[in-house]
Amino acid sequence: MVQNIIDVRNLSKSFDIASKEPGLKGTIKHFFRRQTKSLKVIKDISFEIKEGEIVGFLGANGAGKTTILKMLCGLIYPSEGSILVSGYLPFKRKENFLKNITLIMGQKQQLIWDLPPIESFYLNASIYDLDKFEAKKRIKKLSEMLEIDEELFIPVRKLSLGQRMKSELLAALIHEPSILFLDEPTLGLDINAQRNLRKFLQKYNEKTNATICLTSHYMKDITSLCKRVICVHEGAISYDGKLDLLLKKLSPVKEILIVCRSEEDAIKLENSGFTVKNKVKNEITIKIENNSITSSLKSILNNFDIEDLFINEPPIDEVIGKVLIKKEYDI
Amino acid sequence: MLEYRVEIALWAISGIIPFFMLNIWTNNNLNESINISDIMLSRYFLCAFFVRQFSVVWVVFSFEEDSLMGKVSPYLIQPLNPFLRYFAQHLAEQITRFPFALIIAFFFFIFNPESIWIPNLGILLLSIVSTFLSFLIQFLIQSIVACLCFWTEKASSIERLLFIPTLFLSGLLAPVVSFPTYVKSWIYLTPFPYLIDFPANLLSGNETNISGGIGMQILWIFLLFPLFKKIWSEGTKKYTAMGS
Repeated sequence: MVQNIIDVRNLSKSFDIASKEPGLKGTIKHFFRRQTKSLKVIKDISFEIKEGEIVGFLGANGAGKTTILKMLCGLIYPSEGSILVSGYLPFKRKENFLKNITLIMGQKQQLIWDLPPIESFYLNASIYDLDKFEAKKRIKKLSEMLEIDEELFIPVRKLSLGQRMKSELLAALIHEPSILFLDEPTLGLDINAQRNLRKFLQKYNEKTNATICLTSHYMKDITSLCKRVICVHEGAISYDGKLDLLLKKLSPVKEILIVCRSEEDAIKLENSGFTVKNKVKNEITIKIENNSITSSLKSILNNFDIEDLFINEPPIDEVIGKVLIKKEYDI
Repeated sequence: MLEYRVEIALWAISGIIPFFMLNIWTNNNLNESINISDIMLSRYFLCAFFVRQFSVVWVVFSFEEDSLMGKVSPYLIQPLNPFLRYFAQHLAEQITRFPFALIIAFFFFIFNPESIWIPNLGILLLSIVSTFLSFLIQFLIQSIVACLCFWTEKASSIERLLFIPTLFLSGLLAPVVSFPTYVKSWIYLTPFPYLIDFPANLLSGNETNISGGIGMQILWIFLLFPLFKKIWSEGTKKYTAMGS
């Protein structure tokens, strides 16, 4: 049986936020009597993640996804509740725990700006107690997986964003962590760089059975990597489950564009009981429920003279967009 | 690379306050009031320059910038205290400063040939140890102040408050011996005279209590280190990972 590697129970986090009235009067008042208010950004959430799972955290800006990741990796201290990651309390930042995890934040870098990435890799290797031989071996292996070579010897400031991100990944993975926390790793990358990064993460997960927790605003990252998603809405979990179930629930019908051989066939089809979205000459768009799509298409192909047909999936961004504004989903 | 070379040269030149002070002291014959000869005074300020070059610390500014920009976050999830990174950076920069400090000393001796002296090996080694201890004290003081970033976000403002006593009581502007006796007795209870005055007196060959001075430096390190550990552990609980 696959074990839970992350176990979160009734987790909450509050921040004290300073509030100041506008203008000079407000500034003077704030100087002498600082007003703060407590803001609960994570509200009593619980979930578990199994070893080797890739889980996507979805939510609008400010929903609390990144705060959850930061608590999972031990960067910030929880206000209430408990977190166990790989058997450790993350905020204690024990050496063995830190050697087991990594955190990658898009646009935030740990590479030394003025030096080639290879220098940062060797520095990280010594931080994680890797000898030079082992470090060399791992750099070679990861650079092959990431398809970077010459870039390793060029100062970081002269690399493109995509090359830099690959180098960041290499630096963050040199100690071969078993848990990866990725906060918008494809932010700012072009389509090819995004695709390569996703391919790499997929490969890394298959090869090492690493657990990956990912936040991203690019739905392609989520759909191509994550089978399971946790949707966060105003600090609370609104959905935790399989991505395909969520998509089916949110878009229960598919649109089918059917091109008939003649306009008569199109008229016959229009009057045969299907929900018609629109009809232009011999082209007709109908809506069919997901659970009856096979039987409906079979019947159409048997009874009508069809020249061509197209099944249109609703845009994933549109579907997921619905999740980001709703408090709860029961699937 | 040119900009880096110029930057290194500027670092080295930026520490020449002791030479300005030497000029003020000798031009006004102020040394007569404290019974120090011109030669000993010029050696003292040259040594103060050297000690300053190899003990100057700016960790509070680096840490403040890194925490405001969110750069501390990746460091915090590595099995290495981020302050050790800054410590290594300081040591690396000290090595870079060394040749420039030698060049400045060379020119100093050209203009003040009467000040040339060669300290014996034992004193030289003790001075190196004492300068390193001075660096450790300053590093710990600034690290403690830097940790206040977890509460205030502007720890460098607090550091500026410390800069004034450091400037006046460390021996950078005047040897501590020049202070009135009752003031001196208080100054020697603070860490400041062990930052510049004690190592500079030791290296320049002025009369000084070697074991007492090094003992006080070690004592301050033993007092400051647990304080740093405590404030670090409390501060990281307050960390909000802003900017990242």
